[in-house]
Amino acid sequence: MPEREAITLDAAAVPSEADVARPLSLWLDRRRLLIGAAVIAGLVAPLVVANFTIFQLTMVMIYGLAILGLNLLTGFNGQFSLGHSAFYGIGAYTAAILMSGSADLPYYWTLPCAGAVCFIVGIAIGLPALRLQGLYLALATFALAVALPQLLKSHLLEEMTGGVQGIVIDKPDPPAGLPINADQWLYYFTLAVLLVMFAAAAGLVRSRTGRAIMAIRDHPIAAAAMGINTARYKTLTFGVSALYTGIAGALGAIVVQFVAPDSFNFLLSVNFLVGLIVGGISSIPGSLFGGVFVLFVPNIAEKVSTGLSGAVYGVILLLLIFLMPSGAAGFVRRAAAWLARLRRASNSELPIGRSTR
Amino acid sequence: MEQLLQQVVAGLATGAIYATMALAVVMVYQAIDHLNFAQGELATFSTFLAWQMIEWGWSYWAAFALTVAISFVIGVAIDRVLFRPVRNAPILSQLVAFIALFSILNSSDGEIWNFTIKSFPSPFGTKPLFGSGLISTHQAGMVAVTLVMLALLYVFFRGSRLGLAMRAAAANPEAARLVGIRVGWMIALGWGLSTAIGAVAGILIAPVVFLDPNMMLGVLLYGFAGAVLGGLSSPGGAVLGGFAVGIIENLAGTFIPFVGQELKLTVALIVIVAVLMVRPAGIFGRVGVSRV
Repeated sequence: MPEREAITLDAAAVPSEADVARPLSLWLDRRRLLIGAAVIAGLVAPLVVANFTIFQLTMVMIYGLAILGLNLLTGFNGQFSLGHSAFYGIGAYTAAILMSGSADLPYYWTLPCAGAVCFIVGIAIGLPALRLQGLYLALATFALAVALPQLLKSHLLEEMTGGVQGIVIDKPDPPAGLPINADQWLYYFTLAVLLVMFAAAAGLVRSRTGRAIMAIRDHPIAAAAMGINTARYKTLTFGVSALYTGIAGALGAIVVQFVAPDSFNFLLSVNFLVGLIVGGISSIPGSLFGGVFVLFVPNIAEKVSTGLSGAVYGVILLLLIFLMPSGAAGFVRRAAAWLARLRRASNSELPIGRSTR
Repeated sequence: MEQLLQQVVAGLATGAIYATMALAVVMVYQAIDHLNFAQGELATFSTFLAWQMIEWGWSYWAAFALTVAISFVIGVAIDRVLFRPVRNAPILSQLVAFIALFSILNSSDGEIWNFTIKSFPSPFGTKPLFGSGLISTHQAGMVAVTLVMLALLYVFFRGSRLGLAMRAAAANPEAARLVGIRVGWMIALGWGLSTAIGAVAGILIAPVVFLDPNMMLGVLLYGFAGAVLGGLSSPGGAVLGGFAVGIIENLAGTFIPFVGQELKLTVALIVIVAVLMVRPAGIFGRVGVSRV
């Protein structure tokens, strides 16, 4: 099939960043294979590691989900946010209040509630955000991140939020009859939510809506000229992004079994941002790598040197940015493209007749 | 009325801190087109250097001058070593470099000088000005130094060839390069200048808020807010914005009944965001026009 080959080469010659390696059907299959392998590894992992590691892995998935939310907004829609700690916190508090108070909702029902609350708050923030860009938007969302812990602590809401004390919630039991402990059950529960949410995000990004969202990022004026309602999509993206991060927050509250105002401060937003960038901007699997980074690297830094842990953390960050300026996902993409080129180079050494057939 | 006046003056006094920092923020923004999130930590580091020199028995002004000079060199070096290699990386990756720098400096400060709070001398004294009790001589001196610094910078950027070259390099790097401006060095110079301004800010602020590795964290955030409120493209606006943030914060804390001290930062930020709704590029900022 000479034509097909030509198309493939053309597409590879003009790397459109996200698609450098995708035209190779071989790589596509390999990608599915990789996802399958990762899911299987995810299913087996809690059966072989210690309980504390299970807890850590669960937190990795939760942070990954929160970072995915930020990614939808920043990576795919180009809107900057330092306020995602607030959405995470609102999600966490929604879950905690619903589980502990008179409502006494089962934990799984708190996720859609947290998602809905955060979606509405996200839309409410997204509307004024339409007026702002870049650093000005960063400041507005930063205001949100600063305001939330103070609001949670304030005496106006103290009755509901427990003030500085926060809220303690019970660890949900695994369904009767399953031969696993509570940590393992929470792990599987989180994994299931994660898979659904990641698949939904992948679907969204590939859809017509997703293309509109990305067109707004790449060139808002051109997007508007093509008939995309930029205001509507930008606001909606804000809402969906908040929904993702809010659900992550609710899961986080259930897994940690405790919420307190100061755990949802501005530094959490910075962590999400670092995770997003290290994992790879506008890469869906990259978000999960971001979760790994956010959870484990500070611990590693702490182990290297207690006094200078911040410095070690900073140096690791700098090294990562020097080595992989477009994050882990960008690194993998480039490595794949490089491998493909190598393969093509070795192919072209064969008789010409074979490579054009 | 008496109370209102008092709160406004007190707001001006804290606003002076924010204004100094806002000015430093805008300077680096003009030079490198990014906010420097590590600016506060750089200023803290410089202040520690000055503190160390004074501890060694140097005179205040010798320590001041040498610290500002060293800070300038540090700023240039950071640009050359850390930021030049990532200049072509995505903006967000550069942001991570700032966060890394922040983390490294903060942690090193704590390791070298530990986390105990240190007092810092003031060259202006700390007696109340005119005996009124509204504002201390140090705070008045701080306002004066900030305004002098602003005037000097204005002259430098408007009047000197180097200042013009720096503005050109920030406004349009390619065109600047075509007319023979060494853009890379202009950016490094901008870094040096902003780190030096940060050092001055840190040394002025330290007698009021006391010196410790986290001294600048809150101050930088307010300075950032002031800069954005005034408009990132306007140094004068940033200084006014800094003062405004100080006053808004104080008035909100005193006069809005349910706010009190615990919510005053929130209210200040909400006011700022509300202003931005009306003037999305800050009060004195120029609205950027881009060609399609």
